[in-house]
Amino acid sequence: MIYPHFALELEELTVSFDGFKAVNGVTLYVSKDELRVIIGPNGAGKTTLLDLICGRTKPTDGKITFMDKTLTRLPEQEIVRAGVVRKFQTPSIYPKLTVFENLEISHPKGRTAFGAIFFRRTSDVVDRIHEVAKEIYLADLLETEAEKLSHGQKQWLEIGMLLMADPQLLLLDEPVAGMSVREREQTAELLRRICKGRSAVVIEHDMKFVRRIADKVTVMHQGKVLAEGPMDDIEKDPRVVEVYLGH
Amino acid sequence: MNTLYRSMLGGRSGLIGLAILAGLLLIVFPLLLEPFRLNMMGKYLSLAFVAIALVMCWGYGGIMSLGQGLFWGLGGYCMAAFLKLEAARNIASEAGTDQIKALSTVGLPDFMDWNQITELPWFWYPFKSFPLTLALMIVVPTVIAYIIGTAMFKRRVGGVYFAIITQALCWAMEILFVTRQGWTGGINGITDLRTLLGWDIRTPSAQSSIYFMTVVGILVCIVLGRWLLNSKFGRLLVAVRDMEDRVRFSGYDVANLKTTVFCIAAAMSAVGGAFFVLNVGFMSPKLVTIEPSIYMVIFCAVGGRMSLIGAVYGTLAVSYGRTFFSEEFPALWYFLMGSVFILVTMVFPDGLAGAATRGVPAAWRWLTRNFREPPPAPATAAVKEAQP
Ligand SMILES: Nc1ncnc2c1ncn2[C@@H]1O[C@H](COP(=O)(O)OP(=O)(O)O)[C@@H](O)[C@H]1O
Ligand SMILES: [Mg+2]
Repeated sequence: MIYPHFALELEELTVSFDGFKAVNGVTLYVSKDELRVIIGPNGAGKTTLLDLICGRTKPTDGKITFMDKTLTRLPEQEIVRAGVVRKFQTPSIYPKLTVFENLEISHPKGRTAFGAIFFRRTSDVVDRIHEVAKEIYLADLLETEAEKLSHGQKQWLEIGMLLMADPQLLLLDEPVAGMSVREREQTAELLRRICKGRSAVVIEHDMKFVRRIADKVTVMHQGKVLAEGPMDDIEKDPRVVEVYLGH
Repeated sequence: MNTLYRSMLGGRSGLIGLAILAGLLLIVFPLLLEPFRLNMMGKYLSLAFVAIALVMCWGYGGIMSLGQGLFWGLGGYCMAAFLKLEAARNIASEAGTDQIKALSTVGLPDFMDWNQITELPWFWYPFKSFPLTLALMIVVPTVIAYIIGTAMFKRRVGGVYFAIITQALCWAMEILFVTRQGWTGGINGITDLRTLLGWDIRTPSAQSSIYFMTVVGILVCIVLGRWLLNSKFGRLLVAVRDMEDRVRFSGYDVANLKTTVFCIAAAMSAVGGAFFVLNVGFMSPKLVTIEPSIYMVIFCAVGGRMSLIGAVYGTLAVSYGRTFFSEEFPALWYFLMGSVFILVTMVFPDGLAGAATRGVPAAWRWLTRNFREPPPAPATAAVKEAQP
């Protein structure tokens, strides 16, 4: 039997907050080049699942493997250095720095204190910043303070910050929340473009958006995986309609 | 060269600010102030080192340390220990004086003798050497800051909790130094310091030289601080302050970044403590405890917590106000200080520096608008006509 090679493997992942299992025995495999979307009602444990993968929360049980590397007990910055990056549900950018500086900080060069003190803004760094800025529709706003951006632009900036490190796996928590219809379309396009050659796990509520981007959908409910498969099958699944889509 | 000009001196506007400060401290004060007042300025300036350090650590890095007196004090005690041993050696060579007759173990600091200590404690030995003293003056506070930083920041202790812990440590140090009389001089501290490598530091000319050395030290710290804050490290500090998790999930070891800036701040504060000892000729545990540490934060807040130069003005203004009011209206001082602090944090978060960078241009515009020739309306009309 031939086993397909997965990029991200979650096995029996469980976390318990004082006895409450926010994520309960989740097993999930994401292939290289796959864009997986996780849907589910509020409180299903979607955000917590991403927290576990990126190391913000440590699992009580189970195993996380990425590209044959065990991430389960690694400190956050080591997980990032292994190629796994995370976008938060509320845009997390540096409000007092310019778009340029936001992207520059996210460049992997000069990641230690001394490295940062002696960091030089070389042409390859500047080129990369311009490249990413163009990708996220912010090329004309490089000198703008990040706090002055619109909500949607802040979401893009954070995605751009992730791209600076040329990651292998993107974890995106509700990337189009609060965006206009036009911005949603641009974001869907952006995601399709940047996820080539990478894996991504995206949490989203907007079904239209999910249909546009997802390769495969996982439905979570009460900390467990309820269903998994292509969007067309998921939409017909009576259990999914019952707990989620029916609303 | 050009990048150094920009990163260390802060470009043209930064250079002007630095030149004004240097002119004030190096020329105006020495010309205008009588020796006693100038020495007082030297004393204040030795506290400004801490205010500058707090701009980096708190203003940029968001780490509020309410115990910075701990590091300032350690630097001061190191310098005082060296001077005290030198004083003790000098007394030992003046056989026959009353002072030497009062001692039972000649060559030991007097307070040790009073506490029935007959041999120099081992940790006092390095302070026989001046280079070693200078090294320890930096290394001891830095190592302690490193230990505190690693212990706290790795455990994600921050904000108010960190501030309270630094305050507690500061208090613990005071108690330690007060109770270990035979080792530290107890509540009186280390007093009666006279010479530095044979140079009598109590004469008026020495006092004024020390004042100038202190000013140079301040200017060096500002330039060094600018270089650090203008690097990617400086922008990272702001990033950690505003969005710590984002920095962590961009692959940085946040605890390490925080520890680094905390160590730099500790070392800089310690240098200030050493200059204090040279300026005033003594060191006391009363100076390292909670109240002075809180003052240091106020200096920084009043000056503008994002401005290295502002920190110096903040220190001078508050210290001078304190001296003035406690001479004239001692009862009022605490209320005034409290209100100033509340005002600064609520209404003027950028302190004096903010007032200068925003207020001065605004005042200038107002002045030029009201006292210049009639409005330039015809001029624009002329420009329009000139354009085809
Ligand atoms: N650190 C925590 N401590 C206690 N309970 C938590 C913690 N984090 C999340 N939870 C709980 O876990 C459940 C799942 O939350 P979350 O993952 O944010 O849901 P979702 O993102 O799917 O809406 C919620 O009931 C939430 O209250
Ligand atoms: Mg969520």
